Amino acid sequence: MTTVSARKDIIIHVATVMIEELKLEDVTPETFNPDIDLVDEIGIDSMDLATVALVLQDEYGMRFDEDDYPKLTTIRLIAEYIEKELK
Amino acid sequence: MITVSSLLDDQWYERYKKISKLNIRSSIYDVTNRCNLRCKGCFFFSSNEHKAAKEEMNVENWEQFIEMEKRRGVNLAILIGGEPTLCLDRVEAFYKRLPTFCATNGLIKVPRDKFPDMMVGISLWGDEKDEKVLRGKDSFAISSKNYEGDEYTYYLYTITPRQIGKTERIIKKIRDIGVKVHMQLLSNDEGVDGFYWRDEELQDLRFELDEMLDHYPDTVVSSRYYHKVITTGNMLDRSFGWMECPSVTESFDSREPKPKRLIHFIRWASDLKTMHRCCTSETRDCSTCKDGAAHMSWVMVNKRAHIRTAEDLRNWIEVYEMFAKLYRFIPW
Ligand code: SF4
Ligand code: SF4
Repeated sequence: MTTVSARKDIIIHVATVMIEELKLEDVTPETFNPDIDLVDEIGIDSMDLATVALVLQDEYGMRFDEDDYPKLTTIRLIAEYIEKELK
Repeated sequence: MITVSSLLDDQWYERYKKISKLNIRSSIYDVTNRCNLRCKGCFFFSSNEHKAAKEEMNVENWEQFIEMEKRRGVNLAILIGGEPTLCLDRVEAFYKRLPTFCATNGLIKVPRDKFPDMMVGISLWGDEKDEKVLRGKDSFAISSKNYEGDEYTYYLYTITPRQIGKTERIIKKIRDIGVKVHMQLLSNDEGVDGFYWRDEELQDLRFELDEMLDHYPDTVVSSRYYHKVITTGNMLDRSFGWMECPSVTESFDSREPKPKRLIHFIRWASDLKTMHRCCTSETRDCSTCKDGAAHMSWVMVNKRAHIRTAEDLRNWIEVYEMFAKLYRFIPW
């Protein structure tokens, strides 16, 4: 069963990967708002998402379906997706 | 971290949100190796791409192929050639399955009863004189009759160095038949004398393009930033070329570091198996490439690089809107 702290760990890790891979400035994994709209506010596009997804897939041993990319609009939603895939 | 809404007022932010989730995934298809013109400087013939593959003649195979392309995630089919209208059954196979754009020289009219809202882009290479030198005939005289008042048509006006100071006459002619126009620059792949670009000419042209946009905003589909990028080859602090080009066929792309690019982009030859290197000529020198769509896409795929000042981001929005209009993702 996923605990609240496990989800928080995933959120922080997704934020870390995103900051590193996309070279985002002036933000840390802890200050990255997990509910901010990645497309409407940060300007993430599907290539950015694919880059991040590749790293996360390797690390978590799961797969993102490309058709689901449009749904992954916040860090929290990405974390929930990972959790679901790991179940 | 700079956010989009912190840079834009409400009106611009609404414009941004209308396009930010469009997720356009285009690929390009050579519908046929044949053409009813033979223009000097046509990249397709000058680089022998018309001989690269044997045309697939069976329309059922085209249909199956297009279904596969759909599954690959393509949501915009850009049809080029040769002249696509020589094979309307293949064009129809695309149109029935995918948002489709058809490039044409306009000599044959796309029947609107079969293709009511397919976007058609008619190539035009200058005034009557230049068209005769480069294409052997004044194609506008014919295409303007075929497409007068057609709301899903625009002219893709390829500007040559000889057109500087003369573009207004062409824009007016296009306006007068009730069609839109988008402007791009000749790359002179065949080295036709008198059609090379000099730096001063490009500077002059940039201002002329801006003027046309300002004076004919209801006819010209363009943006000042696009004019800057296409005439200088520079975007932000970067220069266009092979290492930056977004329109390279995915399987040909082994560049490191990986640039931002069009996802899953492929330019397919007409055998539906062979792939070409990029959206334009296989033999073109990337350092002098003026391909309009590649420059436009270059801006579009580099969205986050433009999220640094309000002006940069507004420039990006205008270029993306221009593309989305030209391919009918948003209305004119
Ligand atoms: S009409 Fe187009 S495809 Fe045909 S020769 Fe001219 S540029 Fe090439
Ligand atoms: S020729 Fe132009 S479009 Fe083709 S790869 Fe080079 S820069 Fe890109």
